[in-house]
Amino acid sequence: MTRSLLTGNGAAAWGARLALSDYVPAFPITPQTEIIEKISRWTERGEMDARMVTMESEHSMITAAASAAASGIRVFSATSSQGLLYGMEMLYTVSGWRAPFVLVNVSRGLASPITLEPDHNDIMAARDCGFLQIHCATCQEVLDSTLMAYRLAEDQSIRLPVIVNMDGFYLSFTREPVEIPQAEKAADFVGEYDPQNIRFRASSPVSQAVAVLGGAPYSYFRYESHIAAQNGIAVYDQLRVEFAETFGRDYPAIESYCCEDADIVIVMLGSFATKAQVAVDQLRKTGVKVGLLRPRLLRPFPAALFRELLSGKSGVAVVDQNISMGLGGVLHTELAGALYGQADAPRQLLSFIGGLGGRDITLEEFFEIVSVTQNAVAQQKTPPPRLLYTEQEMREMRKLQAAASVERNELNNSGAETNG
Amino acid sequence: MAEQSVSIYRSMKDLPSTHLLGTGTPMCAGCGGLEALNQLYDIIGEKSVFVNAAGCMTLLSVYPFTPFRGSWLYTAMASAPAGAQGVRDALDILIQKKRMNPDDDMQVVVLTGDGSAYGMGLSATSAAMERELNFLYICYDNEGYGNTGQQFSAATPHGAKTATSTGSAGYPGYKKDLFAIWAAHKPAYVATIVGAEPVDLARKIEKAMSMKGPRMLIALSPCPTGWDFDPKETVAIGKLAVKTGVWPLKEYVDGQVQHTKVPRERRPVEDYLELQGRYRHLFEPEKNVRLISEIQKRVDDYWSNVED
Repeated sequence: MTRSLLTGNGAAAWGARLALSDYVPAFPITPQTEIIEKISRWTERGEMDARMVTMESEHSMITAAASAAASGIRVFSATSSQGLLYGMEMLYTVSGWRAPFVLVNVSRGLASPITLEPDHNDIMAARDCGFLQIHCATCQEVLDSTLMAYRLAEDQSIRLPVIVNMDGFYLSFTREPVEIPQAEKAADFVGEYDPQNIRFRASSPVSQAVAVLGGAPYSYFRYESHIAAQNGIAVYDQLRVEFAETFGRDYPAIESYCCEDADIVIVMLGSFATKAQVAVDQLRKTGVKVGLLRPRLLRPFPAALFRELLSGKSGVAVVDQNISMGLGGVLHTELAGALYGQADAPRQLLSFIGGLGGRDITLEEFFEIVSVTQNAVAQQKTPPPRLLYTEQEMREMRKLQAAASVERNELNNSGAETNG
Repeated sequence: MAEQSVSIYRSMKDLPSTHLLGTGTPMCAGCGGLEALNQLYDIIGEKSVFVNAAGCMTLLSVYPFTPFRGSWLYTAMASAPAGAQGVRDALDILIQKKRMNPDDDMQVVVLTGDGSAYGMGLSATSAAMERELNFLYICYDNEGYGNTGQQFSAATPHGAKTATSTGSAGYPGYKKDLFAIWAAHKPAYVATIVGAEPVDLARKIEKAMSMKGPRMLIALSPCPTGWDFDPKETVAIGKLAVKTGVWPLKEYVDGQVQHTKVPRERRPVEDYLELQGRYRHLFEPEKNVRLISEIQKRVDDYWSNVED
């Protein structure tokens, strides 16, 4: 088995290439840009038989991607952060077209304040749009998930677009050894694109994405998309087995680490979960029965699997790398919804917010998270959601504020002199 | 100016006598946009896919009915040209990779109102022209956000009353020169049309269909509900828009703008304005001579710069 050193962005581009994507509408945005640069090099040199077109915005990019998919070809695209939000109207719109394609999102925090570093508020904003979502923690997973995403999207019982999500910088710009599947093997796994009845041909005219009048037909089509998305659970499970048999790498819908005998379980998405994994290893050495669950599939939400995996646990700590202002962590509330009323559900479900805008979550913080959760279990009292922030960070922040205030005073004083 | 190419449409009797577009659409009685669409669809034909942006004509195709014999794709208000890009590219890829019979190819047509064309969709349109997308763009221009009750848009003419310009002076802004903006991109073709001048319209669609690249058309669309006139006056108002010189019929080809129907003895703009409720405040309770003269002067200034 040979491996190449690939960034997450490189892995995503390889996924698009190996899936034999026909068309790549693109728009540059940090930290996703490397994906489209790589694909443009391949298409220019004829190493990838696809057409790439640079649109003038992500709104147009997603429109073009879905319109091409609705015309009957295989489409790939990629974006990040503000771009995903700029295209948000179209994410909601095109999922209802039932024209499957794959979009890679390289997660990055949202303005304001504007930043380049990662968190999950961008992808969480897209959670209700009708795209399925696969979240990755390694570069290998990005490549493999892109292949799996096409199968999921194009499945007869689904026919919905899929987002493959990775964290900016931590995956997008980090080189890891990645096994690039053989082209024939990958092509066999993904299969040829079958547009079914979603296509435009002069000899068989069709009206797509038409208006409806009244709530009944509207509800019907919305429910259809929801049911199709839910079909993704069963389809994914079959797909996962087939993928593992073909490529020897297994990706369950929820990755479970040291959970079987665990009392306390941490739940996290994406590459930051690998930090939690190290914390679990350390705590296990000291005899703490702690485990980690990392959902790969966020839409459809694997609620039944969560219930099964968390059945009988004492406490759960959800670490959200996103913040819903005025509420808290999104994954926490989703999990609460899945667990509520279950006889053997964990008694304590705690919420922690961390890793916003690329902020690190240290080992010590994971130890603290587990300790707070153990206390909540012992006292049968759930603390309010906790915003992770250290005294050291606060000191640094105060220094920045002090500097800002000195600079402003300086400006005011010099202004007064000039005016005077 | 001599007509260079030979058109099969020399007079009314050369126009198709039966129409392709189905009847019974939910458009308003006397819709000038539908009048134009009805005529141009006969020439474009059913081997077409209409890519639509949010507007009145989104309601042409309401599940499970459509008046089109060809295909249709609704996108959103701002990105119909991007939808056309995706469809055009996909069809080209399918033909190139021999996965589709070339006979199954279609003319890709963007259909939007002025709200999208003059405003929200302008960026997507500019980019489609810059990429030299091979498509037709039809803007039905009823000079306001008609589908939401005729609020003013960037296409609203100076002085017109709209739902958001109800004062005695009407709309304070000026109609954006979309023809010039489009032409500045140097696309294959830009033209203005109106349903009340069917031969001119047919020739222009015919010419556009013979070309490749971005082919851009603006159809002035008299709007009984938005402009407040009796639906039976749609054709008369369309003709007056041309005869008064308010709506110049012209085309841009190869860097040159030519007027296709020059009103040699222009009727006063008053004749056009007084038929429409949106200009009633210019005549009642007393005549606003200053504003009418201003509108007349702008039209006169335009034509004084036209060489014929």
